[in-house]
Amino acid sequence: MKRFGSWAIAGLVLLLGRGQRRRQLPPGKPVVEGGSPAPGSELVVVGLLLLAAALAVVFIVLFAGRANTQLLGLALGLCFAALAVASVLTAFRLLSSEVDDEPYPELHPFEAAEIEQIAVESGQHLTRRKLLVLAAGAAGTALAVALLAPLAALGPVFDTSRLRRDPWRKGMRLVDANGRVLRANDIELNTLHTAFPEGVDRENLAAPIVVVRVEPARLDLPADRSDWAPGGIVAYSKICTHAACAVALYRAPHFEPSRPRPALVCPCHYSTFDPATGGTVLFGPAGRPLPQLPLAVGRRGELIARGGFSGPVGPSWSGVRE
Amino acid sequence: MKPALLIAAFLALVLPQLGGADSGGDLYLQHCASCHGRGGAGVPPGGEHFGPPLQGVGEQAADFYLRTGYMPVQEASQEPVRKSSPFSDAEIRSLVTYIGSFGGPPIPKPQPERGSTSQGLKLFTENCAGCHQVAAQGGLVVGGTAPRLADSTPTEIAEAVRVGPYLMPRFTRRQLSDRDVDSIVRYVQLTQNPDNRGGWGIANLGPIPEGLVAWLLAGGALVGIAVLIGGRER
Amino acid sequence: MIRRVTRFLDERAAAAPLLRKTLRYVFPDNWSFLLGEIALYSFIVLVLTGIYLTLFFEPSLKDTVYHGSYEPLQGQKMSEAYRSVVDISFKVKAGLLIRQTHHWAADVFVVAIVLHLLRVFFTGAFRRPRDLTYYVGILMLMTALLEGFLGYSIVDDLLSGMGLAIAYSVVMSLPVVGANVAMLIWGGAYPGIPSFESRMYIAHVFLLPIAIAILLSVHLLLVVARHHTQFPGPKRTERRVVGLPMVPAYVPRTLGLAFGVVAVLVLLGGLIQINPIWQWGPYSLANGTNGAQPDWYLGWLIGALRLMPGFDVTIGNYTLIPNPFWGGALFPLLVFAFLFAWPSIERRHSGDYDFHNLLDHPRDVPWRTAVGASVFSFVTIVFLAGAMDRVAVSVGVPYTWQIWIFRAALLVVPPLVFIVTQQMCSELREREWVEVEPSIARE
Repeated sequence: MKRFGSWAIAGLVLLLGRGQRRRQLPPGKPVVEGGSPAPGSELVVVGLLLLAAALAVVFIVLFAGRANTQLLGLALGLCFAALAVASVLTAFRLLSSEVDDEPYPELHPFEAAEIEQIAVESGQHLTRRKLLVLAAGAAGTALAVALLAPLAALGPVFDTSRLRRDPWRKGMRLVDANGRVLRANDIELNTLHTAFPEGVDRENLAAPIVVVRVEPARLDLPADRSDWAPGGIVAYSKICTHAACAVALYRAPHFEPSRPRPALVCPCHYSTFDPATGGTVLFGPAGRPLPQLPLAVGRRGELIARGGFSGPVGPSWSGVRE
Repeated sequence: MKPALLIAAFLALVLPQLGGADSGGDLYLQHCASCHGRGGAGVPPGGEHFGPPLQGVGEQAADFYLRTGYMPVQEASQEPVRKSSPFSDAEIRSLVTYIGSFGGPPIPKPQPERGSTSQGLKLFTENCAGCHQVAAQGGLVVGGTAPRLADSTPTEIAEAVRVGPYLMPRFTRRQLSDRDVDSIVRYVQLTQNPDNRGGWGIANLGPIPEGLVAWLLAGGALVGIAVLIGGRER
Repeated sequence: MIRRVTRFLDERAAAAPLLRKTLRYVFPDNWSFLLGEIALYSFIVLVLTGIYLTLFFEPSLKDTVYHGSYEPLQGQKMSEAYRSVVDISFKVKAGLLIRQTHHWAADVFVVAIVLHLLRVFFTGAFRRPRDLTYYVGILMLMTALLEGFLGYSIVDDLLSGMGLAIAYSVVMSLPVVGANVAMLIWGGAYPGIPSFESRMYIAHVFLLPIAIAILLSVHLLLVVARHHTQFPGPKRTERRVVGLPMVPAYVPRTLGLAFGVVAVLVLLGGLIQINPIWQWGPYSLANGTNGAQPDWYLGWLIGALRLMPGFDVTIGNYTLIPNPFWGGALFPLLVFAFLFAWPSIERRHSGDYDFHNLLDHPRDVPWRTAVGASVFSFVTIVFLAGAMDRVAVSVGVPYTWQIWIFRAALLVVPPLVFIVTQQMCSELREREWVEVEPSIARE
């Protein structure tokens, strides 16, 4: 009890006593102009600092407990806010804000000239200066290229044929996301199916395809693909030829006369592809049609690929059409 | 005698209202036939009004379109939007029964409690997010809008999946089983009350509202603090 | 006490003269000069929260199955990277607070840099002798954009994964060398080798922060060495800088700003949700979501990609320039080229090759202000075009109409802004009857 009493008295003295012994200033002209005392503001700043301390403790207690994100953020954030207000009040009320001026730095022509002189004098006895510089340049450049050369191992820089590889082979069955084999009868009008080649790693741009059924009367494929769509079922790469997003939208109007026509649409930049005409671009920034996968129906009604895509899968690059 | 007459009169007035003053068929003729044709035969385009046939759509589709207020729509080319139906609940039921009489699937009865939210998130991402956005906040389909699912009831969701209304594709039972639909419904219900433990969810749309907050809230606050602290050119 | 510390530093580091000079170093006092500091303090928050996050993040694309507390992800296949971020958000105490503070700090960092850049541009602070400082600043802006992109892309969630695929496509679209460079960076065709995740990670937590730190130090050194610019006024000349000395006036002010920045960022981190990756789900290249967007500071790129008409530049059967090049690579290149070139362009145009320590009021230099406003309006229109899909969904304006409206706006608005800005400048100057005596202003 006695201890508490002396602590309390000490605290009160700190709080209420003010402007006691001023520090002994060194003699001479003052560098910092004095300001007027602001005891009220001093108390406010003390209050804010203590509030900040309390909030920090609240943060610690909350952290030890259930650590709710909002409460933690409030406690810590308000703690910093209290510190911010305390600092600004200190700046405006407690400490002097007198203004001072300084010269902008000038140029230093003398030192600059000396530097030049040092450089020149250091090399004045060299007889083949240019040749030395050239040789040093050659060594430096060659070394720099040599040191950077291992970066070429980062990837198969020169093997762009990899971009044309696709895992689809003749006879491969189409499976859905769960591995179930897709049958031609599953593909009804106005339904959208994502499929993959059976037994192949799916983390490959050329793996996912979209399969939809187009009314055979509306099919208008290029001449060399006339047998790619059994019963109007068409399959296209699901990877947009613009910027490699998954073409995940299928605009499938119920009643066509009053609606925009059926189309596969990409959700990133809205390239729109026509499944009836071989994946041609109807709208949007894509520069190449969606590659089409030729389909056939197997003996037990399952959908199989008849070969690879009509073109390279994924975003275009220089030379992609060759 | 008199009380019986009164009761009879009362019943004569009230009963027709209860049973539906206009039967489904009458309502259909009044409000639907001009576009959907008599007996749901449809009206081919060419005239002022035209619309798809309703034979085979069943109570499933009728219930969906009427409850959401997508139908009736003024013109066939207009994009249907969710609105409160001009029909009363009883009228909708009569219409649904009438249209159901043309044949087609019944109203589905989804049971979300039998589904799993995790299966629902997976299926929704694979099949629905491309149009409806992964948190079901709706999205753009060029030529239409895939709506937010905040107001969708479990029945409406199950119906929409099977019907494929307006521009939406439909999903057969072989693609999405009834249990799958239960999971999707359960997931959509979650999106109606998402886990926003990070704080204010700002529409669950991602970087666009986040950018607005960064500029307007944070930028504004910080510039304000700077103005408070710094000097000002008079 | 202070005497003892000073003596210690002077004995060990001969630091007394430097300290003496530093203590009374003068900062011109204007609120708009604090914008760069807001960026600086945001960067410090980024580094501190970032270090914390590296203690919990797992930079690996190895597949794992989630068995944590968030029901919708239960039993789902995902990468270790994604799983570790879900765990930071759900399992680690205060993890979500620090993660969100980190992400808000990244967004606000770029906001502050852009505001600071606008101030520097429109007041002419980039003029000699501070052109080098300005170039370093632009480099920092470019680095910050890449750094932020990598930061949210290492999480391997659906949204950022889609963004990475787009980045791959933009690299692929570089004429002639695109495919080679892309395969170099990704280690093969997309999705690349598993260590691509490590490449992004090490760039994000080490290489780019060091680059920013070095650029920042050079930038600050240059500012300090040359002293900060100031607006003209009484006693404020090209030869003398007037302002608040570090001690006692400036330090508490900048400390207040620092605490204020941290307070805003932490409050955001706790109260407003950002990038709730548990709602997006893990990335798979076969999935896509509508409404996918990059973080705001890359919004100008998605706008550009969407606005471009659909064509690849071909010569016969050879594709020369795929479509994403224009919006994804050339457009930002031109904007940064403009920023880098501006000091030279202005010097050439105005014939003013002098050193300047005094700033311009934007209205007093109508040509620069008008050009700046015009270019800014162009970039802003492209930026706003990035949100066309949400405008179509919320407001109902058809997307196809918006494409044409924005394209037309790009042609019509910047020249209009140029003319209007010039008008406004002259009008504002006429209204001011303040005469600035030449002898005071330009000594």
